[in-house]
Amino acid sequence: MTQTKPISQQSEEQTIDSQRPILEIRNLKVYFQKRRNIIGRRQVIHAVDDVTLSIASGEILSLVGESGSGKSTLARAIVKLNQPTSGEILYRDQNISKLGREETKRFRRRVQMIFQDPYESLNPHSTAFEAIIEPPIIHGLVPSSKRERVGVVDRSLKMVGLDPESRRDRYPHQLSGGERQRVAIARALSLEPDLLIADEPVSMLDVSIRLGVLRLLQTLKDQMKLTYLFITHDLGVARYIGTRIAVMYFGKIIEIAPTDELINHPFHHYTSLLLSSVPGTDMQQAATTKIDVEYASNLADPPSGCRFHTRCPAAKEKCSIDEPKLVELRNGHFAACHYPLMAGQGLEVN
Amino acid sequence: MQTIEASKLEASSSRHSSILQLFTQHKRAQVGFGIIITFTLLAIAAPIVSRYSPYAFPAPGRPYMPPGKDFLLGTDYLGEDVLSEIIYGARVSMLVGIIVAILSTGFGTIIGVLAGYYGKAVDEGLMRATDIVLILPPLPLMIILAAYLGPSLETVIFVLTVTTWPLVARVVRSQTLSLKERPFTDSERVAGASDFRIITKLLLPNLASIIAANAVLMVTTAIVGEASLDFIGLGDITVVSWGTMLYWAQSYAIFNGAWWWVLAPGVCIVLVGLGFVLISVSIEDAFNPRLRSL
Amino acid sequence: MIPQTLLNATVRAESPLVEVKHLSVTYRTRAGYSKAVDDISFTINKGEALGLAGESGCGKTTAALSIIRLLSSNAHTEGEILFNGKNILSMNQAAVRDLRWKQISLIPQGSMNSLDPVIPIGNQIIEAIVTHKRIPKKQAWELTNELLSSVAIHPSRAKNYPHEFSGGMKQRATIAMALALNPLLVIADEPTTALDVVVQKQLLALLKGLQRKMGISFLFITHDLSVISEIADRIAIMYAGKIVEIGTKEAVLRRPSHPYAEALVNSVPRVFGERRILDSIPGNPPSGIWPSGCRFHPRCKYAFDLCKEKEPELTKSKTDAQAACHLISQGN
Repeated sequence: MTQTKPISQQSEEQTIDSQRPILEIRNLKVYFQKRRNIIGRRQVIHAVDDVTLSIASGEILSLVGESGSGKSTLARAIVKLNQPTSGEILYRDQNISKLGREETKRFRRRVQMIFQDPYESLNPHSTAFEAIIEPPIIHGLVPSSKRERVGVVDRSLKMVGLDPESRRDRYPHQLSGGERQRVAIARALSLEPDLLIADEPVSMLDVSIRLGVLRLLQTLKDQMKLTYLFITHDLGVARYIGTRIAVMYFGKIIEIAPTDELINHPFHHYTSLLLSSVPGTDMQQAATTKIDVEYASNLADPPSGCRFHTRCPAAKEKCSIDEPKLVELRNGHFAACHYPLMAGQGLEVN
Repeated sequence: MQTIEASKLEASSSRHSSILQLFTQHKRAQVGFGIIITFTLLAIAAPIVSRYSPYAFPAPGRPYMPPGKDFLLGTDYLGEDVLSEIIYGARVSMLVGIIVAILSTGFGTIIGVLAGYYGKAVDEGLMRATDIVLILPPLPLMIILAAYLGPSLETVIFVLTVTTWPLVARVVRSQTLSLKERPFTDSERVAGASDFRIITKLLLPNLASIIAANAVLMVTTAIVGEASLDFIGLGDITVVSWGTMLYWAQSYAIFNGAWWWVLAPGVCIVLVGLGFVLISVSIEDAFNPRLRSL
Repeated sequence: MIPQTLLNATVRAESPLVEVKHLSVTYRTRAGYSKAVDDISFTINKGEALGLAGESGCGKTTAALSIIRLLSSNAHTEGEILFNGKNILSMNQAAVRDLRWKQISLIPQGSMNSLDPVIPIGNQIIEAIVTHKRIPKKQAWELTNELLSSVAIHPSRAKNYPHEFSGGMKQRATIAMALALNPLLVIADEPTTALDVVVQKQLLALLKGLQRKMGISFLFITHDLSVISEIADRIAIMYAGKIVEIGTKEAVLRRPSHPYAEALVNSVPRVFGERRILDSIPGNPPSGIWPSGCRFHPRCKYAFDLCKEKEPELTKSKTDAQAACHLISQGN
């Protein structure tokens, strides 16, 4: 086992082209209709509520948030699995909602996704070989000779650390969780995309397997010059793999910063709450929240003003009226808070 | 003491062979297959196997002869050999059953998959149509159609198909809806697959087990349905089938004590029906994902 | 493993609440036999929280369920499980049923999703109470309200249905159910999986508080080492059906003796502190087929010849923990 430098350090050394973002999201809203009441009154779920974000080519942006924060919906909107209600998603300056059928297909060659559940993201009726060769077949990128196809798949399998001979013809249920995820990665990368959206790719894997897959993703990123949007609820993983971390709460991005900056000097109280909730650390919380305050998991009913104000220990009157905007408080560090945590108010680590 | 992982990997290099294994090791499947194969062979080889023809004129025996040396299952009211009637009747009954199952399942699957996959307007439209047909009571419908088209085998097949496909459509639609939400469907879309490809290469194989299990069950339904329709005289009563045997037997057998004439077709219907049910249940078990993670 | 002589000599008040001795559980399935738990022994003292950690397939859930005798009928159990000195495995059904909920209760995995959706929460707690103890309805309701308060749920919400509760609240409700009859031991199987990190923190604090206040012993089962470091006093790490290391929280997590424990601890990305160089563990956790000799040897970076041949025994390590590794028994 070779010992490599921590992932984030490596990426910083690689040139991150911050001039032309590879992906730009502007004022994106993704709302869902849900008929809940017996009266039939339509309830609208604000899954993604006015998100503006850009991802630079070559970076790994970790998107952190609890369940219901909207991070998965955002990811799905980027790969065109969900339609935006309003706002724009621009891939290399092209509005993806305006793409025609053929253009969408070409778009899919550039932006790919890997999913959370290794047990459910592969077709149970396809072997590893079939799963990996399928996207190139769809896009007409491979010759029809079986031998050449096997060659392509074998290269792919080796790239993700699987032995081609023994794994090629296996069905998903004959592979372990980690192996399935590697097949899913091989499949996603078979089209040689530029941008990979990873939706909690290691959350359902055994602890001893996670690191291997994370490492693989980093190696592949360098080899294939990829950009990642890495979604996770695990701050440890977010820190390990991301160059920047964005925090989502209730459909909104409430803080973005370079990784170490966010961890050591968070501005937003929610971020601080997340950091202090990390289990197994001896932390002294600068702020506490009451145990009984209920997290309104009903996304159809966001609180007025700042969405976090009902749980925020620093909330003042302004917070329930005015929604704070995401502003740059320090170099590259953005937060949406009327009364952000200042230096010295931060968390003290033992 | 072989551990599970080893046996699982050794015995099955592919999902399909492991399914075949489960199938052939399953007692229920074996019994079911046994019954069906027996009857199928009898039906196919009817002229050879059957000693007499059920349409023989003059009839080979005297009417209402109890089961005996010459006529193993006795004779009917005309003196025809009941056993021959059973063997030839198997042809009609099973053929009708299988044809109806194929047509009904085929049509119902197409409707169900389209409704489930496309949703919204397509779903609404198709399901309303399905509901309308579902509401139609089969017997009155049959009577009307028989009056129009004339009682015949084709009418029976037509009516049975029409009255059974809605159930298939509903079942397939709900399975499709659940499959549509699974991540592997998203994975196909993100890979750029067309709707056609998703339906044919992803959904249908994953629906295969439930379609197959239902189709086989449908044969039983159709056989019983055909027998019922013949029994009340809405089929072609000049053709010998288990149902028409019962049709004639209901009028004549009881008062003449010819219990064998009633029992024989009844038992056959039950046996064949049971056979298909056993196979259907085994198909479901064989494809059951729970068994995969043994 | 405590020698018998020492056990006999121990004063009653200091004897452990639970003593598992050489427990083995074998499942009989259509595809063959599978030994999920292979000769494990551990103790839980009164008022102590023992964490049983390990990845999927290591046998921790099976071990925990065997204490309360809730394994499926195709499971064959060997060994002894002493609860307050009496062997649970040799009790008859009635005696075991008597133990359940009153002395040992269980918070099963995913229990927050197993609440009956059509019955209000309060009624479900009452049902749990009266099933095991005949007390008048009025008293049961009072007890229910007390329980809900103790888990920070306002008693007025007893009439709500599960879908009106958040995930964290549902889990707290199941904890309330488990505590209803003041058990001596609570077995909690992955009590915080599927909960968000903030809710998880609150729940862990709650459980710790209850442990201190009520003197309950806990057996926590989880794969998440950081969670276990929050709530357990002692930790046992299982791998492939065996306990590979058992000791105090500090010993096992800060200075692990067994290579697997070490690798596990070192493979978890930390949020704070220095960026450490992390080690990934090659291969996959075994399931079903156990490797020869030491079960971890195919994935162990310290493995040598003996490891392939002989299974190591639990021996005392430098940190006073017990670890099953030839490196330790050979005095490295």
